[in-house]
Amino acid sequence: MSKIELRAAPHVHAPRSVENIMFNVVLALMPICIFSVWQYGLSSAVLIVTVTATCLATERFFSKASGKGNTLADWSATITGLLLALTLPPSFPLWMGAVAGFAAIALGKALFGGLGFNPFNPALVGRAFVQAAFPSTIASFVPAFAQQRFTSFVPSTWTAPLMIPTDNTGWIKDAAVDAFTGATPLGRWKFENFTYTTHDFLSGAVTASAGETSAILILLCGGYLALRKFMDWRIPVAVVGSAALLAWILHLAVPGRYPEPLFVVLSGGLMLGAVFMATDMATSPVTPLGIWIYGALIGVLTVVIRYFGGLTEGVMYAILIANAASPLIEQFTQPRAYGTAKTDTAGGAK
Amino acid sequence: MSTPEKKAPSNMDELLDGLWKQNPIFVMVLGMCPTLAVTVSAINSISMGLATTFVLAASCLLVSLLRNAIPKEVRIASFIVIIATFVTVVDYAIQAISLDLYEALGAYIKLIVANCILLGRAEAHAAKTPPIPATLNAFGMGIGFTIGLLAIGGVREILGAGKLFGISLFGPHFQPWVVMVLPPGGFFVLACWLIVFAWFKQNKANKSKPQQGCHTTPTTEGSRA
Repeated sequence: MSKIELRAAPHVHAPRSVENIMFNVVLALMPICIFSVWQYGLSSAVLIVTVTATCLATERFFSKASGKGNTLADWSATITGLLLALTLPPSFPLWMGAVAGFAAIALGKALFGGLGFNPFNPALVGRAFVQAAFPSTIASFVPAFAQQRFTSFVPSTWTAPLMIPTDNTGWIKDAAVDAFTGATPLGRWKFENFTYTTHDFLSGAVTASAGETSAILILLCGGYLALRKFMDWRIPVAVVGSAALLAWILHLAVPGRYPEPLFVVLSGGLMLGAVFMATDMATSPVTPLGIWIYGALIGVLTVVIRYFGGLTEGVMYAILIANAASPLIEQFTQPRAYGTAKTDTAGGAK
Repeated sequence: MSTPEKKAPSNMDELLDGLWKQNPIFVMVLGMCPTLAVTVSAINSISMGLATTFVLAASCLLVSLLRNAIPKEVRIASFIVIIATFVTVVDYAIQAISLDLYEALGAYIKLIVANCILLGRAEAHAAKTPPIPATLNAFGMGIGFTIGLLAIGGVREILGAGKLFGISLFGPHFQPWVVMVLPPGGFFVLACWLIVFAWFKQNKANKSKPQQGCHTTPTTEGSRA
C-alpha cells in the first residue's frame, strides 16, 4: 500500500449510480402523489400504498427466486409502483391494484431478467394488463375534491378480492360536486364533443386517473429531474411537441371536429406519460437522433389513437409501441464513430 | 434420437417420458397452436387433450407396425396420411358425442393433423421403435399434453369466468378477468407455467450436481412446425 495511488483518467467522478437516479425520480414523484391524495383523499392514498407494496413484494419474491439478492434498494420497483398507481383511477379496487402491481413486475420486468432488460415500461405493462382484464372498472372515475374524501373511502376501494367493484353512485351523490359525468375530459370530448377550459386542467379540477391531473406539478417535477440531468429533456419535448403539432394541423383542417392543441396536451395522461414513462432509461433509445424519433412517435401515435381509435386515451399504447420500436430506432440512428469512414453507417460499423 | 446412449428404456420410462421429463408443452414447447387457442376452459382443454392422445397413440402404433414397410422417401407423407385418418375418426366421434363441444373446438380438431407433436413423435420415435414402447410413449406424451392443456385451461377458466368445469367457484359477484379468455391470456398463463417449470428444473439441477451446471434437456427432438 503505497501513499501515491496511480490511476488512469478520468479523475473526477460524478457520484451517479442507478440507485441515486432512481431515488431522485421517487423524490420527484412525491409531490404528484401528495397532490393526488389531496385531490382524491383516502382512497387514492391506500391505492398508492397498496400498488407500491405489491410491486415491492413481487420484486423481492422474484429477486430471491432467481438468486439475485435484494434488488429493492435500487428503488426501481418503487418507481414502477408509484407510476402505476398514478395511472389508475382513484376509485380502483385495491385487489385489482394488487393484480396490476404483480403483473407490472412479474410480466413487465422479472420475466425478462430484471432491471435494464425489460423492453417495455413495467408500470405500463401492469396498466395494460388490468386495462385488458377489467376494462369497465378502469374506465369508471370519481369526482375530484369530493367533500367527504378525507372522512370516508370510495366504496369500491375495499371491494372483496375477485369480486365485482361495489357501486359508487351513493358516494358520488354525497360528494356534492355539480354535474359529475363519470367520464374523463377525453371521454366527454370523444362521445359528447364537450371540451374543458385550460384552467380546469392546470388546477387539476377534472375527472381523471390518480396522478395525471395537474400539468403544472408534473412539469415542475420533471423540470427538477431534467435540471439535475436525471432525465433526458428531449423526450418529453419531442412527445408533447409532436402531439401538439399534429393536433394543431388537424384542428386547422377541421376546427369543429378536432379540439385545440392545448386540450390534447393537457388532457389525459400525456404529461405524466411524456415526463415520467417515456423517459424510462431502459426502454428508450440513447442515440441523439433516435431520441427525437422515439418521442415524436409517441406523440403522433397518441393523437392518432385518441382521434381515430376506439379508445379514449392512447398514451399507454403509444409508449408501449414506441418501447418496442426503440431497439430498431437505435439501430437506424447509430452515429458515426469518430475516426471511421463516412460511408459506413447505420449499424454496419463494428 | 430419444436417449440413444442409454440402454433401451423400459416400458415404464417410455410411458412416463411424456408426462414430465419431456412434457410436450412445458419442456418441448410443441403444439402451441391448440395450446393457446382452445384452452379457454378446462373442459375444452381435456377434450382437446384426449382427442390428441387418441390420435397420437393410434397413429404411432400404426406407424410403428408399418415402419419397415414404408419407404424412407415417402415416410412423411405416409405419416400424415395415417395421422389424418385418425383425426377424421376423432372429428366425427366428437361431432357425434357433443355438438356444443365440436363447435367450441372448431377448426382445431381438424388441425390436430398439423400438430407438430404428432409428426414429431411418428418421425422421431415411432418409426424407430417396436409397437409396444412406441404406443406407450405416444400415450404418455398425449397424457402429458392433456395435463399441460388442463393446467393452462384451468387457470384461464378460474380467472376468466370464475368457474372450473363449468361449476361456479366464487358466487355470482365474481369479477371476470376479461383478458384471460382473450388470446393474450393464453400467452400470459403459458409464460407463467413455463417460468414455474424452468424454475423447478433449475433448482433440481443445482441441487443434484452443482459442477455439471446447466444441463439442457433435449428440447429439439422431432420437428418444430
